[in-house]
Amino acid sequence: MTTEAVIAEILAAHPREQSALLPILHDVQAEFGYVDAAAERIIADALNLSRAEVHGVVSFYHDFRSAPDPRPVVQICQAESCKARGIDTLMQAARDAAGERVRLAPVYCLGLCSVGPNARVRDQLHARLDEAQLVSLVKAQ
Amino acid sequence: MGYEPQADFGTPEVRADTQVTLTIDGRSVTVPAGTSVMRAATTSGGAIPSLCATDSLAAFGSCRMCLVEVEGMRGTPASCTTPVAQDMIVRTQTPRLEKLRRGVMELYISDHPLDCLTCSANNDCELQDTAAEVGLRDVRYGYAGAHHLGQQPDLSNPYFLFAPDKCIVCSRCVRACDEVQGTLALSVEGRGFASKISAGQRADDFLSSDCVSCGACVQACPTSALMEKSVKEHGKPERAVITTCAYCGVGCTFRAEMRGEQLVRMVPWKDGKANRGHSCVKGRFAWGYAHHQDRITTPMIRESVDQPWREVSWDEALAFTAGRISAIKAQHGARALGGITSSRCTNEETFLVQKLVRAGFGSNNVDTCARVCHSPTGYGLKTTFGTSAGTQDFDSVMDADVILVIGANPTDAHPVFASRMKRRLRQGAQLIVIDPRRIDLVRSPHVQAAHHLPLQPGTNVAVLTAMAHVIVTEGLADEDFVRDRCDWDEYQDWARFVSDPQHSPEFLEAVTKVPAAELRAAARLYATGGNGAIYYGLGVTEHSQGSSTVMAIANLAMATGNIGRPGVGVNPLRGQNNVQGACDMGSFPHELSGYRHISDGATRTMFEQDWGVALDPEPGLRIPNMLDAAVDGTFKAIYIQGEDILQSDPNTHHVAAGLAAMDCVIVHDLFLNETANYAHVFLPGSTFLEKNGTFTNAERRIQPVRKVMEPANGLEDWQVTQALANALGLGWAYTHPAQILDEIARLTPTFAGVSWDRLEREASLQWPVNDQFPDGAPVMYVDGFVRGKGHFVVTDYVPTDEKTGPRYPLLLTTGRILSQYNVGAQTRRTANTAWHPEDVLEIHPLDAENRGLKEGDWARLASRTGETSLRVSVTDRVAPGVVYTTFHHPETQANVVTTDYSDWATNCPEYKVTAVQVTPSNGPSDWQEDYAGLTARSRRIAAEPAE
Repeated sequence: MTTEAVIAEILAAHPREQSALLPILHDVQAEFGYVDAAAERIIADALNLSRAEVHGVVSFYHDFRSAPDPRPVVQICQAESCKARGIDTLMQAARDAAGERVRLAPVYCLGLCSVGPNARVRDQLHARLDEAQLVSLVKAQ
Repeated sequence: MGYEPQADFGTPEVRADTQVTLTIDGRSVTVPAGTSVMRAATTSGGAIPSLCATDSLAAFGSCRMCLVEVEGMRGTPASCTTPVAQDMIVRTQTPRLEKLRRGVMELYISDHPLDCLTCSANNDCELQDTAAEVGLRDVRYGYAGAHHLGQQPDLSNPYFLFAPDKCIVCSRCVRACDEVQGTLALSVEGRGFASKISAGQRADDFLSSDCVSCGACVQACPTSALMEKSVKEHGKPERAVITTCAYCGVGCTFRAEMRGEQLVRMVPWKDGKANRGHSCVKGRFAWGYAHHQDRITTPMIRESVDQPWREVSWDEALAFTAGRISAIKAQHGARALGGITSSRCTNEETFLVQKLVRAGFGSNNVDTCARVCHSPTGYGLKTTFGTSAGTQDFDSVMDADVILVIGANPTDAHPVFASRMKRRLRQGAQLIVIDPRRIDLVRSPHVQAAHHLPLQPGTNVAVLTAMAHVIVTEGLADEDFVRDRCDWDEYQDWARFVSDPQHSPEFLEAVTKVPAAELRAAARLYATGGNGAIYYGLGVTEHSQGSSTVMAIANLAMATGNIGRPGVGVNPLRGQNNVQGACDMGSFPHELSGYRHISDGATRTMFEQDWGVALDPEPGLRIPNMLDAAVDGTFKAIYIQGEDILQSDPNTHHVAAGLAAMDCVIVHDLFLNETANYAHVFLPGSTFLEKNGTFTNAERRIQPVRKVMEPANGLEDWQVTQALANALGLGWAYTHPAQILDEIARLTPTFAGVSWDRLEREASLQWPVNDQFPDGAPVMYVDGFVRGKGHFVVTDYVPTDEKTGPRYPLLLTTGRILSQYNVGAQTRRTANTAWHPEDVLEIHPLDAENRGLKEGDWARLASRTGETSLRVSVTDRVAPGVVYTTFHHPETQANVVTTDYSDWATNCPEYKVTAVQVTPSNGPSDWQEDYAGLTARSRRIAAEPAE
């Protein structure tokens, strides 16, 4: 199926309303791993929004990528609790382990403040990380 | 008037029935409920520092500069988003507020270049002003960290630049594009520190985005991030003159901001009642033609059109002209002479041209370009309502619930009004579009027509009659209104006529190609959806049944009671800046000013006494009749002020033959236009920037035009006409257009209360201005129709004689585009060509495929009248069987193709329907090549003036 046809299927599963924009963007991101300029235009046209508006929304959220990025992602919490529990001291090791191969993405709170430092890989949460655990988590991707 | 930016009250004006009194810094202030604390403070003489607020936009509350303290409230609320409350006590300046504001300002300036002295906004910058107001003395953060300095500007737009390093991301530009213009071309890209203003998507610049260059963002920007290139070039203006735009019939008023005689920029005037502070790319930016190298500023004459032009003095040109006119009059009589007034010129200039023709030439052979645009409006609305004009002001659209647009493309042709309309549509009004093309209003971001009726060109009357059929047969007519305001017997005749099953949507579907169910739904919505307002344009008038269509529209409005209050009405969107005025001023061969027939003895006597001459009681010739008579040898001389009939009028070959047959063609214009190829005398004209006078816009609003620089040709246009009149011995002695306006008021009952002094005081007046309406009339017929009872006219659908067939199977319809204006004499000589360098032919993919045409291919466009070549654009905006083009470029000469068919009542040409064939081509047609040769020969100017 062409990209246009896949996006058309996604659009067909949602109401043609402005409020459907975020759910549609999530589906497109999940399907392709990114929402590019062409997808922005198709979605804008379908919802009768301007392409600038859709681009503004896509660029606002870190979870929406504008171009393919095949690297695996490890989200590491950088919010107050995890800072207090020492995430900063683990980051250099995590960056060394990731290199260019793994993308480390900062997030602000995964909702597990009492058991930080925390990280997330896909839908799996990882708590009480120390340096070794974080490095092995990164390397495992 | 010096240069002071207009006062900005921070948040929009609020209208409310209740008033609230509060105390601000010890002052007692009373304002309408719902007003913001910021506006209350500013209007009572105590401005609050702010950056993200401006009174054209809804409060946003992001800059954290306008903080105040309110007794009994916690914290420091933003004054722009805090509404006033009774007995509220507000302090706008306290030590705590000072510290907070200074801290926030320090953060702004820590990422802003400190190059104020060399910045194009120097001394005209809200950031600079606010920094001064908050007492910024130090910026502790330095530039060592991340910053936005040194980012390259976006110079893609020809008129303004975007400098991201000067941007404070207040988003005023984004909100202006959304709220004021309604294009939504801008957004904030990214988030947090990385936020930046983005036109379109990531790879776009301003020119490639959806931006229509209206200038609203530039006007809203508090810094030099968005700035006119002309200000960057010339510096800050030193004075501002309020004047009226000379492009379309919306009649936007502008501040012409000047340095000496240099126009630095045109900024829409917030107090302008037609535009309410908004503008479009033409009025805001496209004034460079005034200084274009093609402008002719010296009079020129030639014995015959095969000779080169000779530059001569005004005296010689006028003596030559007067000599020719007198000789023709002596030999052929007064009726061999005529003139065309210009809808581009002022009321006073137009009045003088028709006076010259009637009183000086001695004939009534005077006509105007309204002949080819809105003459059916004049005829149709006078017949049904009693007055040849629209019924509403533009503000009225904000009270409309259902907006019916027929044969008009407001976003391109009347963009400032379209923005108002779109604002109302975003608020929830419903829209019906009747148009063969899917114009932008049918569907564009945040606007969606409830019904689009894509009718076959030429079937307006059938569609409107079918709508009337639904309204009457389904019992949706407002019979109380009709009994009260209209002739009940006539209504019943009309109702019987439209109720005939032959006028049902189902029966007429074969003709109109509009699905009956859709048409029925649209009719029901118009009749029952609340205030119904009809807006129409040349897609209504420029047909063989143009006048019938106008009357059919009036019938619909009367039958549904949609007349006589805000939010309803019948509104012609008039094309030219002063087409309403030109018609009002007696430009038609059968009418003196105020639409009074020349055969009416009492009116004629009034003019004869005032002018001291006898007038011909017989109506004169219309433009097409003048041309016919010229070909027949009975019409010999014409004075054409500010109109290019060769390019604008239908059937170019015939126009050329008529002009070529005359002995004296006088063209009075800014440029050697296409008509001048056939002229013997060229009198240089003045631009709207170089003259005083008045224009009357589509809402009957009379507004002053003020001289901001001396005419490059030495004379204002009314002075040229006066000089020609005096060369003919008429002895006119006007020294200012105010005197001409006094004469108009003296002779025209609907203008009785209009004077230059009064316009100086009140800025604008909507006629009628007389004893009955001393302050003018924003909405007409509040208490009844001028003619007494509203007149229902039976409008039988008669198909045009222009029919498709095997040789010419497609229907051509024509129109305009946003960035170009009519024949383009002005806009083609500005940077607006960045958006529209040539006319293209829109064709449906099916028709294109059948002909082997692809996007951008050359195609030959041929009708029974003529042929031309142009490039094609393949699009489903047009239906199969319909093609569309614009007529802005003389290289295309779209009117070579259009026919002689015209409106039965007014001779308004049938531009909108021509049967054509489209075939692949490899370049310009023979006519285009011949004509290019003629143009080159005809425009020769002798190097040395002959003695």
